Amino acid sequence: MAILSTPSTGIVNAFRMDNCVAVPMADIPLCHEDDFRRCVMQCHEDGARLVALFMPEPSELMAVLSADESGELAVVRAKIGNSFSSLTAELPSAQAFEREIQEAHGVRPEGHPWPKPLRRHADLEEPASPESAHSFFAVQGSGIHEVAVGPVHAGVIEPGHFRFQCAGETVLHLEIQLGYQHRGVEAALRNAAPGSRISVAESIAGDTSIGHGLAHTGAMEALAGVEPPLRAQALIGIALELERLSNHVGDLGALCNDVAFLPGAAWLGRIRGDFLNSLLDLSGNRLGRGFLCPGGIRFDPDDTCRKSILKKLNAADKDLQHVLDVVFRAPTVVSRFEQTGKLSRALADTLGLVGPAARACGCDRDVRRDHPSGIFRFAQIPVTVNDAGDVMARAFTRAVETRRSMRFLREQLELLPPGPIAVTMPALLPDHFVVSLTEGWRGEIVHMAMTDSRGALVFYKVVDPSFHNWLGLAMAMRGQLISDFPLCNKSFNLSYAGHDL
Amino acid sequence: MTNVLLERLRQGNRTSRFPRKAPDFPPSYRGRPLLFPSRCTSGCRGCEEVCPTRAVHAEPLRLDLGACLFCGRCEEACPAEAIVFSPDHRLSVSKREDLMLSAEKEFSLAGALDAKMKSLLGRSLKLRQVSAGGCNACEVEVAVLGIVVYDLGRFGIQYVASPRHADGILITGPVTKNMVHALRETYAAVPPPKLVIAVGACALSGGLFANTGETLAGVPDDIRVDLFIPGCPPHPFTLLDGYLRLLGKIDQKMDKRFRDAVSSSPASR
Repeated sequence: MAILSTPSTGIVNAFRMDNCVAVPMADIPLCHEDDFRRCVMQCHEDGARLVALFMPEPSELMAVLSADESGELAVVRAKIGNSFSSLTAELPSAQAFEREIQEAHGVRPEGHPWPKPLRRHADLEEPASPESAHSFFAVQGSGIHEVAVGPVHAGVIEPGHFRFQCAGETVLHLEIQLGYQHRGVEAALRNAAPGSRISVAESIAGDTSIGHGLAHTGAMEALAGVEPPLRAQALIGIALELERLSNHVGDLGALCNDVAFLPGAAWLGRIRGDFLNSLLDLSGNRLGRGFLCPGGIRFDPDDTCRKSILKKLNAADKDLQHVLDVVFRAPTVVSRFEQTGKLSRALADTLGLVGPAARACGCDRDVRRDHPSGIFRFAQIPVTVNDAGDVMARAFTRAVETRRSMRFLREQLELLPPGPIAVTMPALLPDHFVVSLTEGWRGEIVHMAMTDSRGALVFYKVVDPSFHNWLGLAMAMRGQLISDFPLCNKSFNLSYAGHDL
Repeated sequence: MTNVLLERLRQGNRTSRFPRKAPDFPPSYRGRPLLFPSRCTSGCRGCEEVCPTRAVHAEPLRLDLGACLFCGRCEEACPAEAIVFSPDHRLSVSKREDLMLSAEKEFSLAGALDAKMKSLLGRSLKLRQVSAGGCNACEVEVAVLGIVVYDLGRFGIQYVASPRHADGILITGPVTKNMVHALRETYAAVPPPKLVIAVGACALSGGLFANTGETLAGVPDDIRVDLFIPGCPPHPFTLLDGYLRLLGKIDQKMDKRFRDAVSSSPASR
């Protein structure tokens, strides 16, 4: 790999690399801060979107961008001091990354329009309330009122604080303050024994154990210069799509619940269990925990297990088609889903949204097609794009994705390749850097890792799709009735733990 | 409307007969681990080394179920089958120390509430769930008990929206520093007498996040826990079994049926 200058792909002077391919750190050129900014903005203007912005080591800034159409990643790296000039005003998708940098490293993004802490670090001795810790953007005027919700919510969900500025029932602005779930995931990943890191990765967001697990094993395998055997690749793809199905179906049920279409909620809630129980058959855990390991997978399903999963899926597929047919024909459902929580394509691009939330706004992006790794290099799943940008589009995108994942699962389970399920992991390559992308059910999951001269992990960074998408939810609420918040929220169903790490 | 009714007929009744019937588990399922220290002759300590949460102690052989992720790595590492995961889903206990497994000690499942508490809560238990750093694995399994298969409502148990409406709280997560204040406030807002149920390796011991410096390594001592349910996350039937034991709704006949199911299960190895 070298620095390429091919204006046709738009990546000029940025270092180009591929998903899940480790490169020597020394190959990635260090540039001046001004050039960094110019190069990042040039890539962006040419159609690349920001995947991550972070500090791999003190006084070094790094940006990873994705040129989805050419399937390439661009890396830009610069030396910086105690501050750098903020990109947010020109590149709003950088906003949370810059706040994260300021909080974690004390390096100021000069000119950031709203540089408040991202994950509040409360002092145990002085428990901070959201009010004392942060200021919130406030709308002024007669009749304006503020609604504060959380961190503890009414349902069985994770904590976060939501601050609505309202005129009557209409939401003018929503600000979301997270950080309550901050557990120190990245430090835990760095410090864990090599064999235990996968357990931490599986716990980044519990409903995405396979997605984050796969992003992690992808990074480790690339750094070790190996890849899982074909049978393992197929089974990993199966587990990933089972996870997608369970979450899509569960959320479609929860959306029915939020518009009081209770039969749909009851049926879909039950069908979701068939996918979780298929993961249980595969791995011994309903969320698929313990299935993956660097180098492959830990459990090889015998033919009885394979057939039992196929049988379950066929029954679930039939039930699901019947139920979705009823749900999307119910006028009470459709009238509540349509025109609610609308986001434009332009805004989705500006905010750098990923996953079904972006695809429902017309953004044609999916890591499984754009940056394929593992089984997705050989078996493609068509990308589902809708352009209405409302709750209906988000629900329908996910409903169509269930059909397509189901077809993939059948194909793979019927023709499961024989052979071993794992390779032994050699030591990690010294002084290497890797970007590992996975299309989880919420969207693009990014794990990045770097080794030192002895091959030890010195840097590990995780970007959950929720990190991009939370601001999408806030923007989708503008001009909506506050009573539509639960519906909008569920149509995104973002991870708090994945954001807070 | 007709299509809704027709679909309702087609879907049929899907509620499980638990606890009158024992749940079915596939051979892959990992329930309560069993320890056989006499089989360990090599003293290799492999089980101890591979445990992601240091839940296993090789000599003498001990396993802290409160920190166990049920990943099965210790079983995999042991050449002598000194640790074997059984398909027994019953894991809930009343005291934290009861989760410290050893071959000498009989595993002591959670007992029922005393007569007074049982008369107060036995037929109607309202719980407020607080996620304090939980990754949403325990949370989804706690919430799933509401679906038709488990149908939590038939036992008089319900998750409620406010601690003021609750008889107790159910805590998940390692209790992050950023959530401890909200957790204590929620606990204080529940009118006494109140129950506390702690769910999952994180809430019981801090799990994988015990030593990151960002958590309290589980529910702090000032919040007294009445029921400990281990797992990462616990299977829904493990959770339901725990709730029902607390309310004295698992009788000896049911327990015998569960034991028989374990010994005849394809997951017994």
